[in-house]
Amino acid sequence: MSGGVDSSVAAALLVEQGYQVTGLMLRLWSEDGRCEENRCCTPDSMALARRVAAQLKIPFYAVDAQQLFRDEVVQYFIEGYKEGITPNPCLTCNRLVRWGFLLDRAIDLGAHFMATGHYARISIDNNGKIRLLKGVDPSKDQSYVLHFLGQSNLEKTLFPLGDTTKPQVREMAKRRGLPVAEKPDSQDLCFLGADDYRKFLQRHAPEVEKPGPIYTADGELIGEHRGLAFYTIGQRKGLGVATTDPLYVIFKDRECNALLVGKADQLGSYNLSAGNVNWIVGEPPAGPFRSQVKIRYKAQAAWAQVTPIGRDSVLVQFEQPVRGITPGQAVVFYNDEVCLGGGIIQE
Amino acid sequence: MDKVYLDYAATTPVDSRVLEVMLPFFSQVFGNSSSVHTYGQQAEAALEEARLSIATALNCELDEVIFTSCGSESDNLALRGTAFARRGQTAADHILISPVEHHAVTKTAQQLARLHGFEVEYLPVDEAGIVDPAAVAQRLKPSTALVSVIYANNEIGTINPISEIGKICHELDVPLHTDAVQAAAYLPVDVQELNVDLLALGAHKFYGPKGVGALYVRKGTPIVPILTGGGQESGLRAGTHNIPYIAGLAEAFRLAQSERRQRVAAMQPLRDRIIGRVLEEIPNARLTGEINHRLPNHASFVFRGVDGNAILMLLDVEGFACSSGSACKTGDPEPSDVLTGLGLAREWALGSLRVTLGTATTPAEVEAFLDVLPTVVERARLFH
Repeated sequence: MSGGVDSSVAAALLVEQGYQVTGLMLRLWSEDGRCEENRCCTPDSMALARRVAAQLKIPFYAVDAQQLFRDEVVQYFIEGYKEGITPNPCLTCNRLVRWGFLLDRAIDLGAHFMATGHYARISIDNNGKIRLLKGVDPSKDQSYVLHFLGQSNLEKTLFPLGDTTKPQVREMAKRRGLPVAEKPDSQDLCFLGADDYRKFLQRHAPEVEKPGPIYTADGELIGEHRGLAFYTIGQRKGLGVATTDPLYVIFKDRECNALLVGKADQLGSYNLSAGNVNWIVGEPPAGPFRSQVKIRYKAQAAWAQVTPIGRDSVLVQFEQPVRGITPGQAVVFYNDEVCLGGGIIQE
Repeated sequence: MDKVYLDYAATTPVDSRVLEVMLPFFSQVFGNSSSVHTYGQQAEAALEEARLSIATALNCELDEVIFTSCGSESDNLALRGTAFARRGQTAADHILISPVEHHAVTKTAQQLARLHGFEVEYLPVDEAGIVDPAAVAQRLKPSTALVSVIYANNEIGTINPISEIGKICHELDVPLHTDAVQAAAYLPVDVQELNVDLLALGAHKFYGPKGVGALYVRKGTPIVPILTGGGQESGLRAGTHNIPYIAGLAEAFRLAQSERRQRVAAMQPLRDRIIGRVLEEIPNARLTGEINHRLPNHASFVFRGVDGNAILMLLDVEGFACSSGSACKTGDPEPSDVLTGLGLAREWALGSLRVTLGTATTPAEVEAFLDVLPTVVERARLFH
């Protein structure tokens, strides 16, 4: 329970369905003196979560994960940027903190399931395998950030909100008089608070401020960048280069510390390779298959041929060029509603 | 078995006999004790009866009892009021406190240092948290405004030799304050025997209501009010008297003192049973404080490599309510100042557990608790 509307309604629904529910709140890391700005575990959020738990008459405990979060999630975020990729710390947090640490704690406390307020669904197919499905609200579906779940995780997981839409959830909160009905959605990374990630990096990894050349795709030197970490594939603003046509970041050359920019039509790419691939059913598909593929949480799915290589790598060939393929982000494969799995984009 | 409450040092339920004494003063005898008319006189009579009852138990004069809103306020009044008055009289600006004080004392002393220029010095303690009177003698100086040593510590149950410390302070005419909020439930609080000048009480630790306390102030002790306004409590504590709560405090304190021997006799064997079985059955466990100078209802431990929070959660799920010096509701595990002050390493201090018994505690509850605790600690160890 984060003190937000989703986890609060999820808890309320479970209580109504007759589950014996215990609320757990993760205490995650904030920079010293910046706790108030943290979006997920401020004293305010905790007070709200407590009020909700009290209203639902369920026990509530705060579980400390500050050190784990700092060591794994934040460190991965910093290291990722140092290496020139665009890390997705929420994925790491879900995998190691929520479906690692917190699920273990819940089981230790005697729970049979861990439920979250994610918008995704779980079902069992004809072979007895547990499937991860998209949430029914297309604008809120969160299966992308859950693609790493395996059978052993899923059999202990409940997603009470998978069949509902966000407006319905707000309505349910209102009808139940939960004090979180109007609370705005959380956005961005919890530990950044109101800060831009670039400022955070300057404080925690000053070495990322490593200026280098900006080239066009034709090899023309047109300016200097502040450090590759401060740019994302597809980024247009803030390049500090004056040109007639808008220019986009199309590639980060980590070996040469160079930023490659180009026009919109140079942004697309047909291929990507990914590692750390998880297949939800536990086994990779027997051979190449056609799939709808998402390369960012908010991106549209695009058709592609997906070729498994070994257990945990894939090659993805899109049918149309796709913009914004970003190393460090997840690539996730779908068969309509079914999330088949996903991995981390390498190139 | 229903839920079992083993956190009586945190707070206690109001004794039904106490509640009965309080009830008439909400709606029937509701007057303002400062008023001239009969309503006021009735309220004042109740107030002074309460004062007499407390003064009798403390073995002090009537006007040496000041009613406050809680133990923390009593500590605040003792420290601030005396520090400011002593500085005004003699320019004394040195405050001597133990490192195992309640936060009501520590944080107050620290603020006096930070905002008002007092110098705060911490007394050494042994590993059980006991202050050596000789250490007080060594550190007292002419500029010492006040000494504060807790009578019995809330976290580790340790009882300090207040009487000897008081003797030493009096030789140099330095006032001694003691926080007796925990102690008053189970120890004698004769202020003449204790040689103290100030002594703080809080009703809810001994089956009285929350939100009322008292401060004993020995006649002649320099002190100024910190809550100013009306002239209540000899001008030392403004605010309309909370008669039902004051009556409750007095009755609860009277019962605590008059039934003290029976209560101690019932609890101490249970406490010793807990200490014995825990140290015997749980690996890497230590008693905090020590066995001889400790509150009769108080058992406290540290377990190496365990998060105190995890123990409390698991115990709560099993139906047992306990407390810890390192846990807090926000999930922020920080070893308490008291445990750190004893020199405990962090890996020990984080895993603290406090079990405190009350008049309703039964041997069966204690055995049930001891049957689950070893497994709980084992499971909590896996949390890391």
